[in-house]
Amino acid sequence: MEMTLTVNGTSHTADVEPRTLLVHHIREGIGLTGTNVGCDTTSCGACTVLLDGQSIKSCTVLAVQVDGQSVTTIEGLAGADGTMHPVQAAFREHHGLQCGYCTPGMVMAAVSLLAEQPNPDERAVREGIEGNLCRCTGYHNIVQAVLSAASAQEGGS
Amino acid sequence: MSILGNRVLRVEDPKLLTSGGTYVADVRVPELDGAAHITYVRSTIAHANITGMEVDEARQAPGVLGVFTAADIDLGVPPLLPMFNQAMARPLLADGVVRFVGEPVAVIVSERPEQGADASELVWPDYDPLPVIVDPMESARDEVLLHPAAGTNVVLALTYGEDPNLFDGCEVVVSEDIVNQRVAVVPLESRSAAAAWVDGRLWQWSSTQNAHGVRDVLAGQYGLDPAAVRVIAPDVGGGFGAKIGVTPEEVLLGWLARRVGRPVRWSETRSENMVAMGHGRGQWQKIEIGGRRDGTVEAYRLTILQDGGAYPNMGALLPWLTRVMAPGTYVIPRVEVASRAVVTNTTCTVAYRGAGRPEATAAIERAMDIFAFEVGMDPVEVRRKNLIPADAFPYTTATDAVYDSGDYEEALDRVLEGAGYQELRAEQARRREAADVVQMGIGVALYVEITAGPTAGSEHARVVVDVDGSATIYTGTSAHGQGHDTAFATLVSSRLGIPMDKITVVHGDTDLVERGQGTMGSRSLQLGGSAVFEAAAEVITRATQIAARLLEVTPGEIAFDDSNGAFRVAGGDEPGVGWPDVAGASKFDGTPLAASVDFQASEPTFPFGAHLAVVDVDTETGQVRLVRFVAVDDAGRILNPLLAEGQRHGGIAQGSAQALLEEVCFDADGNPVTSNLADYAAISATELPSFELIAMETPTPINPLGAKGIGESGTVGSTPAVQSAVVDALGHLGVRHLDMPATAERVWRAIQDAPSGKGA
Ligand code: FES
Ligand code: FES
Repeated sequence: MEMTLTVNGTSHTADVEPRTLLVHHIREGIGLTGTNVGCDTTSCGACTVLLDGQSIKSCTVLAVQVDGQSVTTIEGLAGADGTMHPVQAAFREHHGLQCGYCTPGMVMAAVSLLAEQPNPDERAVREGIEGNLCRCTGYHNIVQAVLSAASAQEGGS
Repeated sequence: MSILGNRVLRVEDPKLLTSGGTYVADVRVPELDGAAHITYVRSTIAHANITGMEVDEARQAPGVLGVFTAADIDLGVPPLLPMFNQAMARPLLADGVVRFVGEPVAVIVSERPEQGADASELVWPDYDPLPVIVDPMESARDEVLLHPAAGTNVVLALTYGEDPNLFDGCEVVVSEDIVNQRVAVVPLESRSAAAAWVDGRLWQWSSTQNAHGVRDVLAGQYGLDPAAVRVIAPDVGGGFGAKIGVTPEEVLLGWLARRVGRPVRWSETRSENMVAMGHGRGQWQKIEIGGRRDGTVEAYRLTILQDGGAYPNMGALLPWLTRVMAPGTYVIPRVEVASRAVVTNTTCTVAYRGAGRPEATAAIERAMDIFAFEVGMDPVEVRRKNLIPADAFPYTTATDAVYDSGDYEEALDRVLEGAGYQELRAEQARRREAADVVQMGIGVALYVEITAGPTAGSEHARVVVDVDGSATIYTGTSAHGQGHDTAFATLVSSRLGIPMDKITVVHGDTDLVERGQGTMGSRSLQLGGSAVFEAAAEVITRATQIAARLLEVTPGEIAFDDSNGAFRVAGGDEPGVGWPDVAGASKFDGTPLAASVDFQASEPTFPFGAHLAVVDVDTETGQVRLVRFVAVDDAGRILNPLLAEGQRHGGIAQGSAQALLEEVCFDADGNPVTSNLADYAAISATELPSFELIAMETPTPINPLGAKGIGESGTVGSTPAVQSAVVDALGHLGVRHLDMPATAERVWRAIQDAPSGKGA
């Protein structure tokens, strides 16, 4: 099936098998491997991307379902000059990643959370990333990073 | 000023945060162009004879390049560790018998991954079921043998300090049967590997903790010289012990690549990972502890039955480490440990964060709690009374471990003070008095564990300074999230005065790093870091000689400034020479400016700490919530607090997860019932609080950095602290022990069955 998807601002038209998951289309079809796969039950969130600005688990959507829509992956988050998005910067500052495998999904989930809730408290952050598993960090520094990104955005706006 | 001891941000992060890591499945190199995909067909039955296998239909399926079974494979069976019963060795594909659900019975090579998945539905094994053993106790009776040629189900039996009169003279002796349940490792990246034959050499990309170890295993399996195998560990998405060894699925890749004449790629699904990579823990323990009514412990016996799974793996060896650490932080004059590891029709058990030490700590800490309960003392006071005193180090335990350094009472004091122990007890008393629905539990655990062990370890490093003044560090460790690039670059930067951004760290490639033993057992900084540190020192020594020649003085007259990397004539005001000059002169002489060091430790090291957990237990529903976690972890001198804290956080989370909710289960027929991440309760952010960390540093004399391992400590201490807190919340009802995990159902039942009736 021919479909068009805008990924990180660039439009890609391709012939895609109807059963292809969005995450596989992004990774294999478009060649952006930053988005990871960590499970097969929609449980881990490693595959989280933004679809028209909202976080989704790209392992749970067929590519052809999002024909004509727009996706942002971890590769499209930093500014054109390479400046990290405040959430990316906060993850680094607070050591919110270790092996990095959950990180692209976790960062996208956090970006989406802060778009919906610019001023979350700790509980809200924990609930907001509940669908994203991290096996390395114990979540402590991820939570710190998201809280600090929230106050940075607050300060900057 | 030195950057050692500072919170240096990670150099790994910008790439991981902006484009994502390069894990095996992301590797795009010419050698893997046109790679075929590998799909394993796995047993759906726990124990059976394979009486036939229909593969023709699968062979005809679209995109299929080959379907192979045990009959096709002409690689040998990998040998077991020498201490195991060799008649239990595991074939690469099940050969005539399947012994656990998830064991590979056939393998498919296809153009595309989904074609392999489709074809796997067309492989039809015929099974003739055999009796299934899931329970290790049943296995130990040897009534049904999993490996008849072995003559027994026991893989390895060990005894230490056997003494039928161990408890003679004790005023109080208490015992309890406890289960250190099987848990899943769940690195977020499942197993993944790729293989290609390049100019007659086998190249393998592997998601591993130990590239050189993989190389040696593959060389052995393929009858190749190790130099004819190149193993590359790109970014690795977590390991936690389960990626130390080499699994059959990975060993076969080179054979398959040769057979189809193409490179091959393999990435297992999570559902495969949950049944086939290996699980952690799985110890059935009996604890017996005896002593005086005043709280003095005199004797301790630990009897272990280790579930090894279907084929002996690292798991079967864990009781050995459990034995070493059995007495924990306490002076216990008489200790006996007896262990047996047995096979069952379940997934193999492997090393998992802590590997044998959390099991030891959980046992002795439960023992201290039940002993305190029995003699009617505060569990903290019983512990304090029996701690190894600070002036006793180095201290040799009754199990022959030599603890290098420590101050356990100080760790205990710090955690009690940090948590406000007295106030917590007062609040608990208030809630008990008021018969609150939500009761509070407080758990305190002390731990000491062995790192860079079990015997004295070594590691390799090479430091090279180039003519442009940059440095490259080659290390035999194999980071998978620990931040070695940052840690080792910091060490070299501080010694050589070369800025961090001019230092590159190379690891996990056997063609680039001469030798190495990988990252496991909390060994990397203390062994690998010490090697880097000493290699840097040797580079300075060599460079000083060259600088002396260039400046026409003797080496003794050269002063090296480690803040900027300048070599000057001491006392003079000449500008001197820098790294580019000396590296250039060295190169001109025909030798690169470099030093290789194999650091050899004289002993393992023993980090320690005290953890305190506070839980709320809803006595109506049994729901447990971990509300506070306070930790003192002393891993000797800390190089980078940021990295050390990250390790502690991760360890505490994994340890708490075991105490609170994680458990791998099989039904009586050996079917896994927690075989994906929807059914297995991997801990999430909402189930944990933020952690309150308290610093403590007691350097070790064992290595030049004064550092001990920190990677596993969090796991070792947190499990018993949280478990103890849950039991403590029910203590006033007469509950003395509760196995893990503290699910709402288990806690609710314990409340219903409690000696003092229902609820508070
Ligand atoms: S890969 Fe999408 S949720 Fe796990
Ligand atoms: S950083 Fe490894 S899983 Fe999150």
